[in-house]
Amino acid sequence: MADVQRHVARFTNDSRIPGWDRAADLDKEPAVVPDAATTEVPAELRAAIEDGMRRFPIGDSAFIPALYAVQEHYGWCPPEGIEQAAAVLGRTPAALTAVATFYDMFEMEQLGRKSVYVCTNISCSLCGADELLEALEGELGEDPDVNVRGFECLGACDIAPMASVNGIYVGPIGLSEVPELARQIRQGDDPLPARQLVKRPSADPKVAEK
Amino acid sequence: MTDTLLFTNIDEPGLNTIDVYEARGGYKQLERALKMKREDLITELSGSGLRGRGGAGFPMGKKASFIPKGDMQKYVVCNADESEPGTFKDRELIQKNPHQLIEGVIIAAFAVDATITYIYIRGEYEQQADILDAAIAEARERGILGENIFGSGFNVQLELARGAGAYICGEETGLLDSLEGKRGNPRLKPPFPANEGLFNGPTLINNVETLSAIPSIIELGAEGYAAIGVKDSAGTKLISVSGNVERPGNYEVALGTSSREIIYGLAGGPVDGRKIKCWFPGGSSTPVLTADDLDVDFDYDSLEAAGSMLGSGAIIVVDETQSVVELAYKLAKFYSHESCGKCTPCREGTRWTFHMVERIKEGTATPMDLDIMAAVQEQITGHCLCVLGDAMAMPIGSLIAKFRDEFESEIEANRNERERKLAAEFAAAEVEIEGISA
Ligand SMILES: Cc1cc2nc3c(=O)[nH]c(=O)nc-3n(C[C@H](O)[C@H](O)[C@H](O)COP(=O)(O)O)c2cc1C
Ligand code: SF4
Ligand code: FES
Repeated sequence: MADVQRHVARFTNDSRIPGWDRAADLDKEPAVVPDAATTEVPAELRAAIEDGMRRFPIGDSAFIPALYAVQEHYGWCPPEGIEQAAAVLGRTPAALTAVATFYDMFEMEQLGRKSVYVCTNISCSLCGADELLEALEGELGEDPDVNVRGFECLGACDIAPMASVNGIYVGPIGLSEVPELARQIRQGDDPLPARQLVKRPSADPKVAEK
Repeated sequence: MTDTLLFTNIDEPGLNTIDVYEARGGYKQLERALKMKREDLITELSGSGLRGRGGAGFPMGKKASFIPKGDMQKYVVCNADESEPGTFKDRELIQKNPHQLIEGVIIAAFAVDATITYIYIRGEYEQQADILDAAIAEARERGILGENIFGSGFNVQLELARGAGAYICGEETGLLDSLEGKRGNPRLKPPFPANEGLFNGPTLINNVETLSAIPSIIELGAEGYAAIGVKDSAGTKLISVSGNVERPGNYEVALGTSSREIIYGLAGGPVDGRKIKCWFPGGSSTPVLTADDLDVDFDYDSLEAAGSMLGSGAIIVVDETQSVVELAYKLAKFYSHESCGKCTPCREGTRWTFHMVERIKEGTATPMDLDIMAAVQEQITGHCLCVLGDAMAMPIGSLIAKFRDEFESEIEANRNERERKLAAEFAAAEVEIEGISA
């Protein structure tokens, strides 16, 4: 239960919507689009968001690329970053926040910049993923630069148990390799180079025969 | 010869670059297809018998034929969200042979007269997105994407869109909402995407593997492709095998191959000669089968007759040392986390199921809870907007039906364990009380 609540928050009466039971404040000013002329946006962030707007010119399709840009810039999605993106996109910060909170990969709290997603779904847990997560949390859990978290199936069950280290898929990871991997993550080295998914040949014997 | 279509040359270094792909005959089928009439192309796709590889198994050509004619803007969207637990075939195709997919997307776009196309890839596939992005850029540079491709007068754009971690964005209408920059909540159907999809325009949505198969269909012709596989299950299928097997990985087989051959012959069966307790034939959302079902042929109809589904074609093998309660726990946890929350039976049903499995683990459940759990699964099935709710209800329902004894004995064992612990705590507390009074 604790696990699920960490990801999908529940509020009064178990609702998934915070504040649903409070009356609307009719005296409050309506939410507005931040003023593009007065909101300061770091040049790099603006360029990244505008690139998304060029690639996805219709409707609000550039929201997700914009949120990625904010997360890249700040390491998470802070209110001021969302405000800046909203100014560039010409939408309200609330609209962006609503989208950001739906997706697992957008962090709404400041956590370590280095991400370590350990898959704990079925195939990986059949191969010892829960122990792997525990070991990695033991090694890196205290490190403020690292965000270690259990994750749903990452689409690499062939290398179970596995983890995605800053987007690089590695596995199968033996428990004895955890200290080495933790050291590489801390130092920003290439994680377990011999175990990286992109180097793995297909398992299909018919392919090898050809 | 029927063994590999999608996986031909798959491990050749550099196949992800346009030079190697073209040297192996790549983009030739696109050139041929562009010379065909649209109607003939759709007839060809229908005649091939290719069924959707994303989960539902809907005939691909038929779906393409639903796209209305006319001047409105039409779209093709490739579903590369691949989040169904156990499934990792699209990843291999994108990473190693991205141009095959691009070729398939363009042919599909030409068939339905769509000039704007998207590939929506799950956010976690960062390395694969980079590879695909580079391939798209190469194709653009060669004039394979853009205006008047191969002098045919046909224009087409392709853009790669990334998700950001949400299983439900694999559901086609959730995907469309996500692509429009919204929360990925599924839409009520009808209208189906073929009539009203992306930005309200007619939209053809297909899985990566479905679209990647199109160049082979053009090459072999509808009849040649239909000759592979069995009746109503034409062609080859990538099977992702994972869990407790010797050689996990993707295997390309003709549909209709025996499941035993795939699990034991190709993937090597469970380690240390263990027995199979159960297996999911098509990803974690399909009802489980047991060791008794190993001789079922792996095709759409045979698996359905055996009480399950082909789904995404991802086999998860569970050996005899594993606990079914643990499986139910992982399933319920996943689906309750991924429920988008739009409909009550799914949002609350997945959550209550999760709580009930937790009770079993804590030792506070009774055998009667199994009936309640089974009833909850029935109340979810068929009562939701999309099939995510069913995707949990089916496998959990099948686990309870097939392994009731095991659930009961685990409930019993955990209860006893808990009582022992409580009794020990109580005894320890009593000693203390006595100590005070003495
Ligand atoms: C909850 C849910 C998740 C889905 N996830 C995927 C997915 O990850 N990839 C996919 O191709 N189809 C997925 N589908 C199926 C799609 O809705 C759709 O049927 C499919 O993309 C159509 O393509 P096809 O006809 O080529 O199979 C999912 C469906 C549901 C209900
Ligand atoms: S069935 Fe579940 S995931 Fe699907 S729309 Fe309803 S609440 Fe959302
Ligand atoms: S279950 Fe871990 S990657 Fe699929």
